[in-house]
Amino acid sequence: MAESTVASRSTQLATLKSESWRSFKMATWLGWQIESNWADPFLFAIYSIIKPLSGAAILVVMYGIISKGNFSNPLFPYIYLGNAFYIYAGAMMTGVSWAVIDDREHYKTLKYMYIAPISIPIYLLGRGVARFITGSFSVIITVAVGVWLLHVPLDMITANWPLFFLSLFIGVVMLAMMGLLLGSISLLLAHHVGFIGDAVAGALYIFSGAIFPLDVLPAWLRPIGFIMPITYWLELIRRSLIGNVAEAFPTLSGFSNGQLLGILVGLSLLFSIVSIYTFRFCDRRARERGLIDRTSNY
Amino acid sequence: MSSTSSLAQHPGKVTGWRLFLKTVIARAYPRVIGQQRDKSWMFFDIVLPLGGVIAYVLVYKAIGAPSEYVGFVVMGGAMTAFWMNVLWSMSSQLYWEKEQGNLALYIMSPNSMMAVLLGMALGGMVATLLRAVAIVLLGSLMFQVQYAITNFFQLLAVFVLAMSALYGMGMMTASLFLLLSREAWHLSNLAQEPIYLATGFYFPIKSLPFWVALGASIIPLTLGMDAMRQLVFPSGFKIGFLSVGVEIGVLMALCVVFLVGAKLLLGYMEKLAIREGRLTEARR
Repeated sequence: MAESTVASRSTQLATLKSESWRSFKMATWLGWQIESNWADPFLFAIYSIIKPLSGAAILVVMYGIISKGNFSNPLFPYIYLGNAFYIYAGAMMTGVSWAVIDDREHYKTLKYMYIAPISIPIYLLGRGVARFITGSFSVIITVAVGVWLLHVPLDMITANWPLFFLSLFIGVVMLAMMGLLLGSISLLLAHHVGFIGDAVAGALYIFSGAIFPLDVLPAWLRPIGFIMPITYWLELIRRSLIGNVAEAFPTLSGFSNGQLLGILVGLSLLFSIVSIYTFRFCDRRARERGLIDRTSNY
Repeated sequence: MSSTSSLAQHPGKVTGWRLFLKTVIARAYPRVIGQQRDKSWMFFDIVLPLGGVIAYVLVYKAIGAPSEYVGFVVMGGAMTAFWMNVLWSMSSQLYWEKEQGNLALYIMSPNSMMAVLLGMALGGMVATLLRAVAIVLLGSLMFQVQYAITNFFQLLAVFVLAMSALYGMGMMTASLFLLLSREAWHLSNLAQEPIYLATGFYFPIKSLPFWVALGASIIPLTLGMDAMRQLVFPSGFKIGFLSVGVEIGVLMALCVVFLVGAKLLLGYMEKLAIREGRLTEARR
């Protein structure tokens, strides 16, 4: 009796793993097809280069006007690298949340996804992978241009690559779960929140320390920045790539790399749990209200 | 048959400018009503974009910029609302309509595509205006932006001309979307940050090389915002690209060019799309 129960549970676990992997793999392939096959590779490359570089250039021009071209100030690499890696925030949050609107309103396939043998939250996370890949192109190009043309002090030899890749991995998972949170909310809202990922990423720009130290914020707003995992993630990225320059800013200078990693993991877990419960709630509400196959693209 | 009996047979039939107006109202109606049914746009379209504006303001504060640059960001942030309205609620909307199957119906119905596009834009105008006003009011209050309007009538003229030219340009680009499919969405996405950079949404356009600024002046918002900065901020005249008078003249010319161009291009693209069978194409 006990043996059959254990065997049954193992089978269930194996089925769950198989379904999750199948959902993720299929969604990743589908997301990449949607993101990339609208243009030939040359046009796609141009698109992937121009957009992020323009975003970075806005900040470079703003900084250049006021500082009269003094790019050797440590504040510049702080701003530049923060902005470059923040591309992942918009990309991941939009990539996961936009999939709901895209599938529901444009392709009208969300209802078929719901009746297919896949896991919907895993499917949505898989759809975000394509944006991670395109976001990575953008980040690499932006950083490369910064190092090459603007002398951002990134040394490939002295950079702490293990810390960088570990932080990047945790950060991407964290951002994907935040995207799932937004995607859950999108299930209940109309088409005009299609840009919810970009909008939230834009709003969090203030509280993440991406383009200015948190000390610039009024004191009563700083706590919001301190509960955002993105703040610690960007700090770790900067420290791993430009070491002493990043640590010169006082906001998080009292924390060691290990402490920052611990805080990042803890907050990421917290947001992940919130995302999972939010998805369950929104998914149930959307089904109850018949919103899975509605169109609101007026 | 007399005209009186014709009207008796078709009492609701309108033509000319009345048909244009009815079409505008008809296309704006679903958008206005739809926004009342789901008011989440108030948060996602108004409150959240304010965050992006605040971020740029705080960048200027972090690098020690003069206080008028804060005002430039607030104004630029407000004007992005109109650019986004033109881009997403008008230009690329024809792509969505094609996906929905409505585009062929618009073409078949006896109205002007310009009226349909204008209706789309006006339907989203409530949200657009609210966003722009919220950014200006809240941004100005939060950061104590000082304004000194030197000539209100010139300011009004600049705004009206810039908007007219901008929406005319939007209609012209919308005609291109008659021929496009999924690339329409991506091209609209591409026309955000590069336009913000080239037109100087967050900094004086004079800071860019002359020929870059001149090229960017084809977009009505470039000279529109430059003129508004000169008319609204105490030190605006120092950072103007061209004089206000010249910029008003150019905007008037752009109005004419874009509105006439929109009419011609919409007609041409419609014929081309019909000939090439692109009106109901859904290359997903």
